[in-house]
Amino acid sequence: MNPKTISYIIKRLILAVFTVWVVFTLTFFIMHAVPGGPFVGEKAISKAAQEALEAKYGLDKPLSTQYFTYLNDVLHFRFGPSLKQRGRMVIDIMGDGLKTSAKLGVVAALLALVFGVVLGAGAALNRNSIPDRIIMVLTTAFVSMPSFIMGSLLLVVFAIRLHVLPANGAAAGGLILPVITLMLYPMAYITRLTRSSMLDVLGQDYIRTAKAKGVPAGKIIFGHALKNSLIPVITYFGPMLAYIVTGSLVVEQIFAVPGIGRAFVSSIINRDYMMIMGTTIVLATLIVVMNLISDILYKVVDPRITLE
Amino acid sequence: MDSNLKKLSMQVNVEDLLPASEKEKEYMVKMRPSTTAFQDGVRRLKKNKVAMVSFGIIILITLASILIPMFWPYKYEAMLGITPGRPVDSSYNNLKPFEYSKTELKQIEEGEKIFPHVFGTDASGRDYFIRVVYGTRISLAVGFFASIIVLVIGLVVGSVAGYAGGMVDIIIMRIVDVIYSLPDMLMVILLASVLREPLGKALEGTVLEKIGSNIISLFIIFALLYWVSMSRLIRGQILSLREQEYVLAAQASGAKGGWVIRKHLIPNSISVIVISTALQIPNAIFTESYLSFLGLGVNAPMPSLGSLASDALNGLKSYPYRLVIPALVISLIVLSLNLFGDGLRDAFDPKLNG
Repeated sequence: MNPKTISYIIKRLILAVFTVWVVFTLTFFIMHAVPGGPFVGEKAISKAAQEALEAKYGLDKPLSTQYFTYLNDVLHFRFGPSLKQRGRMVIDIMGDGLKTSAKLGVVAALLALVFGVVLGAGAALNRNSIPDRIIMVLTTAFVSMPSFIMGSLLLVVFAIRLHVLPANGAAAGGLILPVITLMLYPMAYITRLTRSSMLDVLGQDYIRTAKAKGVPAGKIIFGHALKNSLIPVITYFGPMLAYIVTGSLVVEQIFAVPGIGRAFVSSIINRDYMMIMGTTIVLATLIVVMNLISDILYKVVDPRITLE
Repeated sequence: MDSNLKKLSMQVNVEDLLPASEKEKEYMVKMRPSTTAFQDGVRRLKKNKVAMVSFGIIILITLASILIPMFWPYKYEAMLGITPGRPVDSSYNNLKPFEYSKTELKQIEEGEKIFPHVFGTDASGRDYFIRVVYGTRISLAVGFFASIIVLVIGLVVGSVAGYAGGMVDIIIMRIVDVIYSLPDMLMVILLASVLREPLGKALEGTVLEKIGSNIISLFIIFALLYWVSMSRLIRGQILSLREQEYVLAAQASGAKGGWVIRKHLIPNSISVIVISTALQIPNAIFTESYLSFLGLGVNAPMPSLGSLASDALNGLKSYPYRLVIPALVISLIVLSLNLFGDGLRDAFDPKLNG
C-alpha cells in the first residue's frame, strides 16, 4: 500500500469519527431543544419516576455536564430506558429489532448485488438487444419509484388481491415481500451502474488486445471485464446501506415487520426521546462506517483513482 | 442553357470563370442566425421524445393541480355529512368511486344535480379526488420551492468558495464534507419530529401559519442539509471558469468579485445549475412524501400524496384504490421529472458536447 493511500485512509477515518461525533452532538442538542426536555412525554410520568430520572441523569446539572454524561453512557452502550415501553431498556429494544432488520437488509443487499451485476453485465454484453432495452426501461421505472410506493403496490397485488404471500412480516414467509421491496431500487441502480461501467471497460484497448490474441470470451469477461466493471459498484455500497436503512423505516411499517425501523418510527410518533436518540446514533454510526469501508475499499482496489 | 448542351465538350465555358456576381454570392453562402449555447441545448432537448413527453406530463399535472380546485365543487377539508347543528350523516363515508351516498341519491331523485365523487370518499366523508389533486399541488409546490431554496444557498456558498479560494474555500469545503457525510434521512426525520411543536407555536398569528409548521420545518431542513451537492457543483464550475481570460479582463477593468460572479461566472454555469435543480425537484418531492408517509409531513387536514398513501393502509383490504391512486401519481410525477432531468442533462451537459 503506498503512502498516499494510507494517508487517505487515515484522513477518512478521522472524518468518519468526526461525523459520528457531530451526529451525536446534533442529536443531543436537538432532543434537548424540545420544550420540556427529552424526558417528558405526552403522558405525565409519575412524580417518583421523574425524580428518579432527574437524579440519575442530573437534569438539574448544566447542559454540558449532561452532554458528557450521556456521551460516556453511549460509549459504554448504555442508552437508557425507553420512555414509552415501560421496563425495557433502549438497547434491548434495538437489539431485538436489529436482528430482524439485519436479516432483511443483508438479504436484500445480497440479492440486489447479485441480480444487479448479472443483469447489468448481461445487458452490456448484449447491447441494444431486446432484453437490454427491456432491462433499461424496467430499471428506470424502479429507480424512480419511492420504496413505500413499491411496497404498497406489492402489498396490494400479492397479499390482498392474489393472496399469494402473507401481508404480515412476522408470519412465515412474511419477509419475502419486504425483501423484494427493499431490493428493487438498489438492484436497478446496480444494474445500470454495471451496464455503463462494463460498456466502458469493453471498449478499452486491452480488451481488444486480448480478443486479438485469441483469449476465449469467457476468460475475457470473467478475468478482465467483470473485475474492472465492478469497481464503481463498490462505491455504491455506502449509499446502498443508507438506502436500506431509510427504506426499512417505511417497509417495516407497511408490512408490520418487527424490526428496528418500525421501532424507530413508533418512537418518533410516541415521542420516546431516549429511543429516538439511541436509534439515531446507532443507525447513523452504521451508515458512516459503511461509507468509510466503501471509500477505503474503493481506494485500495484501484490506486489509480485519485479522490479529492 | 449553353452549359447543358456543352456538357460532353472539352471546351471551357468562359462564363464559368468570371468572378461571381453579388446574387450568386448570396445564393452560395447560407447565412444562419447565430445561436447561443442555450438555444442549441433547447433544440437538442426538443428532439428528445421521451424528455418532451415527460415535460408534457409534468405541465399537465401542474396545470391540473392549479386549475381543478378552482371549479371542483368539493373542498379538500370538507367532511360531507357534517353540517354544524345537524346530526352527523355518515352515509357519505367510504363511498366507492362514482358511488353516491344515500342522502345524495335522495337529492338526485328530487331533481338536484350532484357532481360525482370520481374517486369516492374517504373514511371522514371527504371527496377523495380533490384530496388527491390538492395533495399533488402540495407535493409539487414543496418540491419546487425547496429546490429553489437549495439552489440559492448552494449558489451563494459555492460561488464564494470557488471564487475566493484559499482559506475561505478550504473551510467551506470542510463544512460541506461533514454535512455531506451526515446520513441525511435520519437527520431530516430527527429535525422534522422535533421542530413540529416549537415551530407551530412560533408561527401562530403570522402569515406563515396557514402553510403549516410541518412544511416550514421541511423547508428549513432542506435549507440546512441539501445545499451541499449544489454548492460543490457550482464551486467546480467556477474553479474551471475563473481562469478564463474574460475574467482577467474584467478584473483588470476594476470589476469586483461579486460583479464578476454575477455577470460572467454564473451565466456560464447555467447549464449545470439548470440540470442539478431539475434533478433536485423529484428528490425534494420524494423526501416530502416519505416524511408525510411517516406522519412527519404536512399537518392534517391538508393532504399530501404521502399522507394519503399512509392513511390508506388502514382500510387496505376493502379500499385498495385509496393506496394505489396516490402511489401512481407520485410515481408518475417523480418518473417524469427524472426523465425530463435526464433529457436536460443530455441536451445541456457541456461535457457531452464537442
